[in-house]
Amino acid sequence: MQKKDLGLLVLILVVGAITTALNPVFLSPVNLGNMANLVGLFGIFSIGIGVVIITGGIDLSVGSMFALIGVVFIDLMTNKGMAWELVLPLAIGLGICFGVIHGVLVTRFNMQPFVVTLCGLLIYRGAARYYMADATIGFGYAGGHETLEWLASGRSLGVPHTFIAFVAVAIVMGIVLHRSVFGRYLFAVGKNEEAARYSGIPTNLVIASAYVISGALAGLAAVFLAFYTYSIQPSAHGNFYELYGIAAAVLGGCSLRGGEGSIMGIALGTVLLQVLQNLVNLLGIPTSLNFAVMGTVILLGVLTDQQLQRRRARLLAVKAHQAKTLGAQPARA
Amino acid sequence: MTSERGGPPAAPFLRLVRIGKTYPGVTALADVDLEVARGEVVGLIGENGAGKSTLMKVLGGVVAPDSGHIEIDGTVHRALTVPQSLAAGIAFVHQELNLFENLDVAANIFIGREPRWGGPLHLIDRQLLYRRTRPLLERLKVDFDARTPVATLSIAQRQMVEIAKALSLDARLIIMDEPTSSLTVAETERLLDVIAELQAQGVAVIYITHRLNEVKDCADRVVCLRDGVVAGALAHDEIAHAAMIRLMIGRDLKALYTPPGRQPATGLEVQGLRTVLFPDRAVDLEIRRGEILGLAGLIGSGRTELARALFGIDPPLAGAIRLDGEPITVRTPHHAIMRGIYLVPEDRKRSGVIVEFPVRCNVTLADLHDHSRAWLISGGRECATTERQKERLHIRTPSIESEVITLSGGNQQKVVLAKWLAMRPSVVIFDEPTRGIDVGAKSEIYAILRQLADAGVAILMISSDMEEVIGVSDRIAVMHEGRISGILENRDSFTETNVLELAVNSPARTAA
Repeated sequence: MQKKDLGLLVLILVVGAITTALNPVFLSPVNLGNMANLVGLFGIFSIGIGVVIITGGIDLSVGSMFALIGVVFIDLMTNKGMAWELVLPLAIGLGICFGVIHGVLVTRFNMQPFVVTLCGLLIYRGAARYYMADATIGFGYAGGHETLEWLASGRSLGVPHTFIAFVAVAIVMGIVLHRSVFGRYLFAVGKNEEAARYSGIPTNLVIASAYVISGALAGLAAVFLAFYTYSIQPSAHGNFYELYGIAAAVLGGCSLRGGEGSIMGIALGTVLLQVLQNLVNLLGIPTSLNFAVMGTVILLGVLTDQQLQRRRARLLAVKAHQAKTLGAQPARA
Repeated sequence: MTSERGGPPAAPFLRLVRIGKTYPGVTALADVDLEVARGEVVGLIGENGAGKSTLMKVLGGVVAPDSGHIEIDGTVHRALTVPQSLAAGIAFVHQELNLFENLDVAANIFIGREPRWGGPLHLIDRQLLYRRTRPLLERLKVDFDARTPVATLSIAQRQMVEIAKALSLDARLIIMDEPTSSLTVAETERLLDVIAELQAQGVAVIYITHRLNEVKDCADRVVCLRDGVVAGALAHDEIAHAAMIRLMIGRDLKALYTPPGRQPATGLEVQGLRTVLFPDRAVDLEIRRGEILGLAGLIGSGRTELARALFGIDPPLAGAIRLDGEPITVRTPHHAIMRGIYLVPEDRKRSGVIVEFPVRCNVTLADLHDHSRAWLISGGRECATTERQKERLHIRTPSIESEVITLSGGNQQKVVLAKWLAMRPSVVIFDEPTRGIDVGAKSEIYAILRQLADAGVAILMISSDMEEVIGVSDRIAVMHEGRISGILENRDSFTETNVLELAVNSPARTAA
């Protein structure tokens, strides 16, 4: 665990302790279970967005993907009666498709990630609303998908399956990002695409893959989310969720300039966001202030982190200068 | 060139007396004296780290000296502030030009000092702005006007804008830091002419450069710094190449050249290669294993484009490439690397290394598959390779986990070399291998080049540094406007004149 992540963990513990002191319900099994469920839901796609951010890009489209993939998913299951074993890979595949389109537009056609995924956000939302003619769709009482429902929204030993899925995704992506060749390429491309290209790294492929990963995880999250809300209102479902993902990644140490970040950081960022939401609920702060609280904490967190980093960089520079000058002295004499 | 000087120099208006500056652990300047008279051109030379920049920062008011004083027109200052320096008419033309590309020439010259209409909005008086700019440009006899957007100007022209800006500030002394490092021969001559004109108008110039020929052409006096002290000064008629080098390094530079240790053999053969920059010109070239082929030519002659094409950055439009007699295609850097064709790029920080990455990650970046098992990177193998390369190339770094940004230019370049030498090179292309590197590290890099060649690698060394091209190469190819204008095969024919003639004139005959 890096120093940065440790700081985040401390912050989570402090916020948690304060909340517990003011309202002991915070530590009750029910509350913790609910929080874990939400952490799982938001964490899965936040990791995807984080991977894109590490390449120096951004993915704004996931919230709308949840609506579009969600309505298609429920429609195929309940109205068309397709087997869930088929629909689940289809949902993830749809996410992958969108990711491929984003990746190709960003790398082949040199479009800015912000523009590409912003258009994605608009298009998928519009498509979802058109698909349903703005009507709400739900699983209803049709039945026949109990297994999948249990998998997606059930609990084992009191642990929500969303959380288990999130931990699994985090471990796999942690290994991919921090231990694998592809992960090293991701960071290299994010830090200095040109130097990466001059080292023979297929930079376009690496960048496009990040969008595909984000799309796939969004597809997976869309299924969990559909079972969480149980019905989908295409105009509102998943609104602003991409911002939760970006916020978690930035809180977790991803730089929007690319090349920096860790899975541990993104995971802790997600946890902190959910703890803050919980704090707003438990302490009776008007829910309308929800976003304001979140924004304030992110602002302060990033500000503090940058100030600390600047101080560290200054110290390092002084040390390096001393080392250089001391090292140079005898050589010249 | 224009360097007739008449009469004794005027009395100095600026004197630095016994200037000393110590940083924790190092003496940057000790008892440095420097005088500048009206209309005098002083060449300031010295290795990187000799104290030139610190001295200039003292003049600019950015650094306060610990001891000594500064006299301007007889007034004694302990240290200058930036406004004092400006008021004294001291102006800088920096190595990295500080211009706004999105604005036009006049706006750049008067940035922050725009003439304004009265009134609450302080709108810019554009008419007056251009009226004031024109005479400045006329003084420099430039070929662009006040309304030209800076984005469309060449580097040489941008430099003229900087000089015009200095003149607009009524500069009496213009300090030029490596002004010709990115200029072509013709542009350099033009700049030297402008310096002579400035001099005639009574403006003094401090000319900092590594290019000793230019100093010889334009300076009235040369001052050499070494390790923070004045190593010596040369009057106008004493200025000679050997004398300057002796002052800079304190000894005669031993001949750079070491002969090859083996008979050159077939390596990379290029036939009819066309690049994006010159689609109608074809390049034929042979780079033999065991030799260092120098590639000279002016900037913009297509040398870098050739390197990029061979390495697959910009795939060639047409042409055949053969390696050891076998035809190969190179469409991406990955293809080139698989064949053992490596490129050490010109812009180290942009394309050579990822400066925020530790040394270890940079060294293994191009060969990660060899340092991994089933796609997972093996830290142990990475460390082993990096430590081995660190020893072999004498990379001076506190640790292989240090970020490359903390290393000196020479050591950064060695990290780029380490990346490729850890693999199996067949052909290594060096684009300006020693740009921005101090003399000591330079000779180390030349030694590595020779070792590589002797190990059977074909070396292509692109360089604008004449001393380097002539001193290091076994053969010299010269490019002119997209084609090879000639190849010098024999070391006896390696002279600056021969190389320049090919670079500029593109004669039909090949000088033997």
